[in-house]
Amino acid sequence: MDIIREAWEWLLAVEQYQGPGSIPQRVGEHLYFTVVSMAWASLVAVPLGYFIGHTGKGGGWLVGLTGSARALPSFGLILLLVLVLGVSNREAAAVIALVVLAIPPVLAGAYSGVQQIPRSVIDAARAQGMTELQILLRVELPLSLPLLLSGFRQAVLQVVATATLVAYVGLGGLGYEIIQGIPLRRFDQTFGTALVIVVLALVLDAALAWATKVATPRGVRVSTIGDVRARESLVQPAEVPAPSVMLGTK
Amino acid sequence: MRSIRTKLSIAGIVAALGLVLSGCQGGSVGSSDTIVVGSQGYYSNEIIAEIYSQALEAAGYEVERRYQIGQRDAYVPELESGAVTVFPEYTGNLLQFYSPDTLATKPDEVFAELQEALPEGLSALAMSSATDQDSYNVTAEFAAANNLTSIADLAGVSGLILGGNAELEERPYGPMGLLETYGVTVAFDATGDATVEALNSGVINLANVYSADPRIAEFGLITLADTEGLILASNVVPIVNSALAEELAAVLDPISKALTPEGLVALNLRSVSEQLSSAEIAATWLADNGF
Repeated sequence: MDIIREAWEWLLAVEQYQGPGSIPQRVGEHLYFTVVSMAWASLVAVPLGYFIGHTGKGGGWLVGLTGSARALPSFGLILLLVLVLGVSNREAAAVIALVVLAIPPVLAGAYSGVQQIPRSVIDAARAQGMTELQILLRVELPLSLPLLLSGFRQAVLQVVATATLVAYVGLGGLGYEIIQGIPLRRFDQTFGTALVIVVLALVLDAALAWATKVATPRGVRVSTIGDVRARESLVQPAEVPAPSVMLGTK
Repeated sequence: MRSIRTKLSIAGIVAALGLVLSGCQGGSVGSSDTIVVGSQGYYSNEIIAEIYSQALEAAGYEVERRYQIGQRDAYVPELESGAVTVFPEYTGNLLQFYSPDTLATKPDEVFAELQEALPEGLSALAMSSATDQDSYNVTAEFAAANNLTSIADLAGVSGLILGGNAELEERPYGPMGLLETYGVTVAFDATGDATVEALNSGVINLANVYSADPRIAEFGLITLADTEGLILASNVVPIVNSALAEELAAVLDPISKALTPEGLVALNLRSVSEQLSSAEIAATWLADNGF
């Protein structure tokens, strides 16, 4: 295919790596919006998710919110927010739209991470004399980490893909090269940039997968099938036959 | 920049998908008397398409309407294959589609080049004086403060920030053209769909707005005269299947003649401010112009 070869040549050309509008600059802008949006989303969603998971209040309401927020079209939301907040606040408008997109998976991850911990584990911690704060920090936080991080990972993937849209309101990012390339019929530029976004998403996802593995306490690791079964045995000890527990210890 | 265009482009994509799905049955063209009139996902374009359709119906043709197909990449293959027989187009923008690096700017040059560039099987009928093309605009206050009437007057102004669609940055009449032709230095901000809002809020002070956009009048923007012919002219022109060019010209040429630049702005204004359907706007226009 010609387009693949042309996109490849475009990606290899030295002009793409120097001066204004270079690929590294666009990747930087793209990552900026991803990181800022994820930071705000985590700031809101993680405490909220833990609160709901810890107290068990508001679960149904959360499901509704998560579902409806996921249905919001980000492109429309960005344009609407730019018009409502004014063009001079377009950066805030774009970040808000991305935060709205990122909150549901992070919230669901935090909430279900805490909720899936068996009551018996928390009761045991309480029986040992842990304070509520200790339970949160030493029991709930580590045990919920795998699900929280998987929610976070899902959110990052969505945000990095959707940050492409901020270029529509003049905020740059990799999307700029795409929305400029289409009307100019520069398909090497359009396709080449799309590849960069794909690679960026895969790299971030792989990095987060690695981080999840490192950050997860050994007892709750989910990296192998055996480990998953071992973790399930932690959740529902009565139902898991002994051999899977052995698998998990290999 | 063209907010009506983008709001409807989503509808256009949906419509285009519908077309793709239904396209299998649609095929045969030229064999019957049915004329298939298409339009872009841009409401102003649909109004012109509807004017063509009603005029063709009045002339005794059977017309099938396929509006809101979307952008050129979506509908040009339909035109080239003959699935769509009549399409309202813009000389400059269509020329750019076929020859992206064209240097023609004046209406007649552009039209002549377009006729060369069109693939076999497609013909451009006579173009209208109505245009819907790039134009450089400033707010009335900015024009008064800096004494501006033409693009050339910008040469002495510092701190200019030009806003427009992302592709303007690379167009021959974009920042590079402003510098080469007029000696005007601008920074570029790809304000895209929010260009008019950006101009009004002062984020930019020079805006590329399409000349038939009713918001130029609505916000009292000043369009700077292009005295050196930098900007690509883009006149409304019917693109038709060559086999039918001669007979269709008899119906559509008088329409193109009657459609003026001011008339096109007025048509767009009616769709924006009165929220009328393209059928109503087209019917009124045809009656008012004696068709």
